[in-house]
Amino acid sequence: MSGKPVLHYVSVRGRMEPVKWLLAAAGVEFEERILKTKDDLQKLRTDGCLLFQQVPMVEIDGMKLVQTRAILNYIAGKYNLYGKDLKERALIDMYVEGMADLYDIIMNHDFKPANEKEKDLANIMDKATNRYLPVFEKVLKDHGHDFLVGNKLSRADVNLLETILMVEEFKPDALAKFPLLQSFKARMSNIPSIKKFLQPGSPRKPPLQEKDIPNLLAIFS
Amino acid sequence: MSGKPVLHYANIRGRMEPIRWLLAAAGVEFEERILKTKDDLQKLRTDGCLLFQQVPMVEIDGMKMVQTRAILNYIAGKYNLYGKDLKERALIDMYVEGLADLFELIMYHEFKPANEKEKDLANIMDKATNRYLPVFEKVLKDHGHDFLVGNKLSKADVSLLENILWLEELKPDALAKFPLLQSFKARMSNIPSIKKFLQPGSAKKPLIQEKDIPSVIAIFH
Repeated sequence: MSGKPVLHYVSVRGRMEPVKWLLAAAGVEFEERILKTKDDLQKLRTDGCLLFQQVPMVEIDGMKLVQTRAILNYIAGKYNLYGKDLKERALIDMYVEGMADLYDIIMNHDFKPANEKEKDLANIMDKATNRYLPVFEKVLKDHGHDFLVGNKLSRADVNLLETILMVEEFKPDALAKFPLLQSFKARMSNIPSIKKFLQPGSPRKPPLQEKDIPNLLAIFS
Repeated sequence: MSGKPVLHYANIRGRMEPIRWLLAAAGVEFEERILKTKDDLQKLRTDGCLLFQQVPMVEIDGMKMVQTRAILNYIAGKYNLYGKDLKERALIDMYVEGLADLFELIMYHEFKPANEKEKDLANIMDKATNRYLPVFEKVLKDHGHDFLVGNKLSKADVSLLENILWLEELKPDALAKFPLLQSFKARMSNIPSIKKFLQPGSAKKPLIQEKDIPSVIAIFH
């Protein structure tokens, strides 16, 4: 028993990826147990490991934590990435929750039928460039600091970097109109723990490939 | 300016209802600005009041807070309904997030077309009675306390009561197999601040009437 957190999930980004980002940014090493078949998921269920019969599940500090936000809140709190008081937490929560809405539509994009994909992508890019990215460009512009909240790295910054990189995977020039987000991205990517996570061979998962989908659906059906 | 929180939303339960519940349970009086038309929503947007152009929005302590979870976390933190340490918060978060998944199904049920309602209700009741309610019955059974976490009222208890009552509106015998949840419901309903919220004339919203659905949908689309 290494004492490291153990992440239970499938081999794709899905709902576990923000957890990996946050642990990595916090400099916390972790292990992964990859579910490959429905039997793997069923075993976790019959062993009583999953409070609501679902993954993500993270074994950490003697707990079997489920529910992505509960896991992220705990990690952020433990590693001082959640602001210094209630009001900073409120800002961080607003930013993170907005990005979670965008993440949901990005995550679901892979499962859209082929004839809906183009329209869906247009919606994602519209929301990203008109609703979400401008908010964070303005936050950085208004206070002129390197980080979104409290002049200190928080989970909101980690989340924003993850979001930016995902949006750029859809459209490489997504940040064209957002100069401060471009420099934010460069700065954040150079933070040693994050730089390490961005290297090949890290636990960071690649975008979902179409060939993975049938197996995924089989596990979660 | 009364100093009371001001809640901006449509005249339905929707995503604002958990916030009304939590403020009420905390004994905090609040005001409501009801959006009746799309123009009302547009005005909030053009006045720059909505960070991501969406409601719920709650004016509280000099902030215009958006995103339901951010708002609930702030209220819970401010009024000591969020546990005493990180580990209690982790439990509360897991319970609340599981209930939020159930709530999402329950909330949308009101807007399902008539021909889909029966199947939708069956799905809700299946999830409630097989995935969610048993978890909370077991939590109460295992520690024998009156409240879910830390032997003290928290946002998890308020959320559980809210969901139980809504389930019972859909199916009066929803708690038939859960004796500890039945006594939990009775105890919680007698807490003075909550008892007050359950009286006619409180800010608690009724189930939507079919005739009102089109005008509500028009606000958001």
